[in-house]
Amino acid sequence: MIDNIIQSETASTLTSEELQLINLELSHVPQKSGAAIDALKIVQAKRGWVSDECLIAIAKLLEMSAEELEGIATFYNLIFRRPVGDKVILFCDSVSCWLCGCENQKHKLSEILKIDYGETTKDNQFTLLPVPCLGACDKAPVMMVGDDLFTNLNSSKLEQIIAYYRKEGEK
Amino acid sequence: MPTIIVDGKSYEVSRGKNLLEACLDAGLDLPYFCWHPAMGSVGSCRQCALVQYRDDDDKHGRIVMGCMTPAADGTRVSLKVDEAKEFREAVVESLMLNHPHDCPVCSEGGECHLQDMTVMVGHRDRRYKGKKNTHRNQYLGPLINHEMNRCITCYRCERFYRDYAGGKDLAAQASRDRIYFGRHQDGILESEFSGNLVEVCPTGVFTDKPFLEDYSRKWDLQSSPSICSGCGVGCNISPGERYGRLKRIHNRYNQEINGYFICDRGRFGAGYVNGDKRTDYVGLKEPSGTFKALKRGEVSYHLTRWIGDGNIVGIGSPRASVESNYLLQKLVGPSNFSAGLSFKEQTILKRQVSILQTTKARNPSVKDIEMADAVLVLGEDLTNTAARIALAIRQATKNKAIAMAKEMGIEAWHDGAVKNLAQEERSPLFIATPASTKLDDIALATMTLAPEEIADFGLKLARHLTEGDSEDPQITEIATHLTTAERPLIISGPSLLNANIVESAAAVAEALVRSNQNTQLSFTSPESNSIGSILLSEDQNLTLQKIIEGINEIDVLIVLENDLSRRLSAFEMKQINASSAKIISIDILENETLEMSDMVLPAASFAETQGTLVNNEGRAQRFYSVFPPLNDRLPSWQWVIELARAIGNKELSAIESFDEIVELCAKNNNFQALLSVAPNKNFRDHGLKIPRQTHRNSGRTAITADVSVHELQQTPDNETPLAYSMEGLNRDQPSVLTPFVWSPGWNSNQSLQKFQAETDGPLKGGASGVKLIKSSGSGVSVACDPTFSFTLEKNFWRLVPIYSLHGSEEMSYHTKEISQLAGLPFIVLSDKDANNMKVSDGDGVVVTGENLKMSISVRVSSRMAEGCAGYSAGYNEIEQLTADAHVQISRDNDWQPLKPVVIATDRIASFKSQDSRHV
Ligand code: SF4
Ligand code: SF4
Ligand code: FES
Repeated sequence: MIDNIIQSETASTLTSEELQLINLELSHVPQKSGAAIDALKIVQAKRGWVSDECLIAIAKLLEMSAEELEGIATFYNLIFRRPVGDKVILFCDSVSCWLCGCENQKHKLSEILKIDYGETTKDNQFTLLPVPCLGACDKAPVMMVGDDLFTNLNSSKLEQIIAYYRKEGEK
Repeated sequence: MPTIIVDGKSYEVSRGKNLLEACLDAGLDLPYFCWHPAMGSVGSCRQCALVQYRDDDDKHGRIVMGCMTPAADGTRVSLKVDEAKEFREAVVESLMLNHPHDCPVCSEGGECHLQDMTVMVGHRDRRYKGKKNTHRNQYLGPLINHEMNRCITCYRCERFYRDYAGGKDLAAQASRDRIYFGRHQDGILESEFSGNLVEVCPTGVFTDKPFLEDYSRKWDLQSSPSICSGCGVGCNISPGERYGRLKRIHNRYNQEINGYFICDRGRFGAGYVNGDKRTDYVGLKEPSGTFKALKRGEVSYHLTRWIGDGNIVGIGSPRASVESNYLLQKLVGPSNFSAGLSFKEQTILKRQVSILQTTKARNPSVKDIEMADAVLVLGEDLTNTAARIALAIRQATKNKAIAMAKEMGIEAWHDGAVKNLAQEERSPLFIATPASTKLDDIALATMTLAPEEIADFGLKLARHLTEGDSEDPQITEIATHLTTAERPLIISGPSLLNANIVESAAAVAEALVRSNQNTQLSFTSPESNSIGSILLSEDQNLTLQKIIEGINEIDVLIVLENDLSRRLSAFEMKQINASSAKIISIDILENETLEMSDMVLPAASFAETQGTLVNNEGRAQRFYSVFPPLNDRLPSWQWVIELARAIGNKELSAIESFDEIVELCAKNNNFQALLSVAPNKNFRDHGLKIPRQTHRNSGRTAITADVSVHELQQTPDNETPLAYSMEGLNRDQPSVLTPFVWSPGWNSNQSLQKFQAETDGPLKGGASGVKLIKSSGSGVSVACDPTFSFTLEKNFWRLVPIYSLHGSEEMSYHTKEISQLAGLPFIVLSDKDANNMKVSDGDGVVVTGENLKMSISVRVSSRMAEGCAGYSAGYNEIEQLTADAHVQISRDNDWQPLKPVVIATDRIASFKSQDSRHV
């Protein structure tokens, strides 16, 4: 019942651009639910995260229950079901990076940003998340800020990187 | 049969089993969690590990999951090697990392599969000292309690709820140790089978909420082998009692009918037994119109005083036992006895019985229904009229998947593989109904038709099957599916109160059976003993309407467990009330009929007496009392004997036991098999009675110690082989006498496998229930005109009943939780009609007809036959609305829309406070 109420109110939650992109994905799959992950990614790409309202709207579009789609959304750790900062920092804490002392760099980064894993800075600019491997082990330790990869991290590099993005963010 | 070697010993096992099943069948205790006999294996819990060896020379072997490995001939395994034992113990230890140590306050405690398995693997000391997970629990409605911290991620809940029962609003969420089984938001679970989560979940995550609020441990419950009286399917149940209160109902395995699962009406709908509507004492109406409670000793005096030897008429009931009905019939004489059905009900049910007595098609059990590979439903919303059958049909649509798997050499128990292979492939299901049904999601095609059109459709299909004359693409498609199937099933019933639909279902089955002897024809029946009532009064035609016509010639009218207001119009009820006939009612709950009676005799409910019920396929089954009746309540059949004494009927006055009634009744042609339904009261199990209480039943010597230190004598049970006591033997007896399952080391309901001859097989105590309807096989000649039409009339609508599992049934409605779920009655209109009327969901309409005008809320549906209006059937508030009535419907401009029942969700709030672990 409550689902129905929410659904009717959020029929127009998705933008026409999002709808268009999702419909394109739908044309590639035999069952609508097959496009679930892509649809979530499309919405997240535009908004940074997937809100309850968006999730319910996508579920309705794909003829799934909210529960089914939530099961998929929460299974994948790169689908965000809570608001994140403008840039998501994926900090690798896997074996190679660990061997190369990523723990110290993580401390440094936390110090600069004043946040821990899973947290977002007060100015909403950064969210820090651990990630198990970015496929750049030969240049460990590594991290990604948004879509950019940074390798061979050390304290001064970290300071520069964050300073750069802070400035970017002010623009 | 394949032979497997377990720890050096050979065992013969049935073909097609996996190693876990094979070990259990061999009587070996191999722990498991995620495997379920009805749902197969997915290998998710890793608990059933054993070591498999290639051959005699292989000394190392490798760990395999028993439930995922076929028990092929010559398989060598060990349960006992250290490697296997250590593995299994480690699995439990890892599950215990996050499992709280709250058994003492957990309602699963004492019948918990996790407790049993933990003890079985020998795990005792936890090494993990860290913090345990804390989840936020959800509000899932009045029936199911949620305590997510106890989860061991076996996935059984999700697999039952979604894959088996077709529910959509429960799913696994998140991953790793954050995994969460629940809804998207707090809210009432939508499935009609949600209660099975209680038994499917091996821990205390999903528990029976009403039971939790009025709790006793399993070992303190007194149970009995009983039959659900919620509808005509006759599922087997095991109700538990303590302190004179019916505490809860569990499934009782019957391979032919309910298997492992019952519906929520069956599990939660018997709370009325403890309710304040129960009749407790004999009431005599005073001239002022109020009832005076009579002392037990005064009753026979009053009865004798005013019964006399006048003209006595008896009205029986489709919800009273065969024995009670039979005795009343015997007391008043067959020509003065009515089965207590409305004219339409009686005509249709009688026809159903006569069809089943002659049809060449098979009359299937629920288990047989599950095996069908093409199904046509005519006129029934099965989920709401015969819920357990709907669940079976859902399984039937999976037969295609199983067949596909078989071709690839994949066993049916390999659930994940079977599902993956089949994707959306299903056995064909066709549904023709006036409104949407809960099986529509798996139907190959649905047809939205008015009742007459359904009958017409059925007959056209039947004719096409014999003459091949139709060009209607839908008819030819359905015909092709039905004729190419190996075990086609046609299922129909009386719920639309249209005899022609039943007739047309028979026509289709008869047409099919000519080329396929495995054709099945099944009819639902609305009440627990509808078919028993018909079999008893087959040759008589005293309908309620005839009784009313001659009401003034009647001196005394005896009404047995029947609220006539549910079958008669207000006008007819007034006629009875105004007549000079004295009315004696024997019933369980207060109702309109009791109120207009001159004398009320308080009856024992199904939980307090024994009797036989005949289900929709004509199977007679015995239920037994869970506890002795309280106050002045008596079983209805005992009241009838008291009446016989008052009247001076020598034969019936002499009856001293229930068994004598059974013997007398078995002289009746239709009931010859009644004697073999259950052993008589003299049966002893290895010389002992069968205990209703567990051997651990606590506090018996102390329970009344505040009054007297002497131990109370247990109430004797002179009527049955069961005892209201813990002494005796609950083993080796016929299944019909098994009150509960328990076996050493197996305290949970999983101990059932110790009572089965093999996993998912028949019970060691044999099948229970005896079919009273056997077909002569002479075939049915269809007795109706082949053309019906339904004409749309401007501004007039035809009323068709819409059933609701929670709300439409008389007795369960008086259970608090069920009435909450039932909600308010409504009218369903097709979207086209609603559009023309300018109403939408939640608006109100005025329904006007003969002696009728009422405002009621509206639901709009794209699957509602145009020109028909659905109404909530069985709701007291709108009892004036009757099937087939022609009414006018218009928008109610003064309607105050009902406030939506918003089940508060604190998810958003917790979201903000960031303490919810599952998002
Ligand atoms: S809630 Fe129960 S049934 Fe569901 S996964 Fe957890 S333990 Fe298994
Ligand atoms: S299907 Fe009918 S008999 Fe079975 S549990 Fe439900 S109400 Fe009871
Ligand atoms: S029972 Fe075999 S893995 Fe769960």
